[in-house]
Amino acid sequence: MNNSQLLKGSKKERELKELAFLTILYLCVTVAIVTLMTLIYDVISTGYSRLLSDYELGLINKVTIDNPKDFLTSLDSRDPLKAGIGPAFAGTIWLMVIVIASTFPLGAGAAIYLQEFAPRNKLTRFIELNLTNLAGVPSVIYGLMGLAVFVRLAGFGRSVLSGGLTLTLLILPVVIVASREALKAVPDTIRQGALALGSTRFQAIFRQVVPSAIPGMVTGMVLGLSRAIGETAPLIFMGALTYVNYYPDTPLSGFTAIPIQVYNWIGYPQSEWKDTSSAGIILLLGLLLSMNALALIIRNRFEKDW
Amino acid sequence: MTKNLNLSKVKTKPVETIVKFFITMSAFAAILISVAIVFTLLTEAINFFRDPAVTFKEYFTATRWTPTFKNPVYGVLPLVSSTLYIALIACIISFPLGLFSAIYLSEFASRRTRKIIKPIMEILAGVPTVVFGYFALNWITPNIVQRFIPGSGVFNAISAGIAVGIMIIPTVASISDDALNAVPKSLRMGSLALGSTRRITALKIMLPAALSGIIASFILGFSRAIGETMIVTIAGGQYPELNLDPRKAMYTITSSIVNVSLGDTPHGTTAYNALFALGITLFIMTFILNIFSDYIARKYRKEYEQ
Repeated sequence: MNNSQLLKGSKKERELKELAFLTILYLCVTVAIVTLMTLIYDVISTGYSRLLSDYELGLINKVTIDNPKDFLTSLDSRDPLKAGIGPAFAGTIWLMVIVIASTFPLGAGAAIYLQEFAPRNKLTRFIELNLTNLAGVPSVIYGLMGLAVFVRLAGFGRSVLSGGLTLTLLILPVVIVASREALKAVPDTIRQGALALGSTRFQAIFRQVVPSAIPGMVTGMVLGLSRAIGETAPLIFMGALTYVNYYPDTPLSGFTAIPIQVYNWIGYPQSEWKDTSSAGIILLLGLLLSMNALALIIRNRFEKDW
Repeated sequence: MTKNLNLSKVKTKPVETIVKFFITMSAFAAILISVAIVFTLLTEAINFFRDPAVTFKEYFTATRWTPTFKNPVYGVLPLVSSTLYIALIACIISFPLGLFSAIYLSEFASRRTRKIIKPIMEILAGVPTVVFGYFALNWITPNIVQRFIPGSGVFNAISAGIAVGIMIIPTVASISDDALNAVPKSLRMGSLALGSTRRITALKIMLPAALSGIIASFILGFSRAIGETMIVTIAGGQYPELNLDPRKAMYTITSSIVNVSLGDTPHGTTAYNALFALGITLFIMTFILNIFSDYIARKYRKEYEQ
């Protein structure tokens, strides 16, 4: 770069340019924040009244309502003012349980192998390359794969089990990468200390390294889980969009989930449905935010600063 | 790493063998998932092209996608053009906003501001796409698009594109931010020491130095915009013919996958197989972009590695 470029214009002119640039930067950051605020405000202002149960509404308006219904526990309905999110809420909880049960062993296992045991060879590099690529595959594709593999091939049908396993595969790459980071953060002195005291490599890894990496791994899991329960597209192939108005009782029963239920409600044209879908979104966002907060707490509380 | 240490030859217990076997298998799951995705997409897509009702030529040249009509036409062209069109709108929104946010965060923001803005970006990144879809349809369309662009329909490409763009701002911003932070500090110090202003340093020194990382973030953002499903399904509409008017509805690959799957698509029908043909089209598009982005990012990481 030459000098003339640096010293173009008078001092005042340059200062003005500097200020203009900074203003543009500010504006750009603000757009993202303002959009998020607008979204949250819009959703809460339209949906909060539906979140309150009829009983609470009655208390506020000082009227008694016969047969009060609660949004969180009542069934879906053709009437937007009576529709509840109960079965979808239960479906999401089922999905969470299945995702946790399958992601934790697989994700932690793969991370421990890749970080601690895997030889540095072509095969390992190939696995790593696969993980990077999988993280970029659109979620609909996972849905199609789940449809072919779990619904058809494995014969689980359009069930909550198929849905949970599909979501597991979807978040597995992210969870493995996060768990590896947690293991990587454990200093080598821990490994060497354990080995010096006579433990085997296996003991050193499973009794010293892994326990100290657990908080980091759990944080990664929780973040992965929060991504999974917000997913809509892959679950559509699991039949979650058909009118399901019952609570799933076995892993093989049909189901719906909160984001799917919300998508369903968004599709109805009457404006009352807007309040109902907003109420569903508040619940979904609340769930996700509290999970992110949980991840943050685990990270701050238990993670060691080596 | 422990690999170089000569370990004592203690007899391995059976439990250790089992555990090691399990974690090795978990790592190989990554390969298995990739194989499952490619295999299922390929086999069903091949079935699709084998179908006498479909020809290769029609798929790539016909300008209509109407699989559920009486005389079905399977032309992927309008879907690909809609997908790229909406992704392009998303890029126009997210590239400048994401990049400038990254420049602000890495070059101008104080540590405290960073600590506030980064989590907000993370929350924005964690908002489920179905929520953005709701926001696009019920807020962006009536309050922005229909107000300022006359002749816009309820479902239109602009609104979907804007929402997808907002969704990928965090992706672009965080990867660009990483790229800017990876540039050695000495470059920035040197530039400032020579008397250039912060704006000149950011634009003429840091930006070119981090360019490959920034381009990688753009490509990844573009790929995510192409694979995005729920926003375009909810707000983008379903216009199955070639259309270049962004005020009107469009029909992306992802939303047609969702819509075909919502119809009556028993296993083995042409419509069912069509899902997978669309799936592999989408997969190939995003896969090439992801590989390209990864390649560029990798190349750039080497530049400053000491």
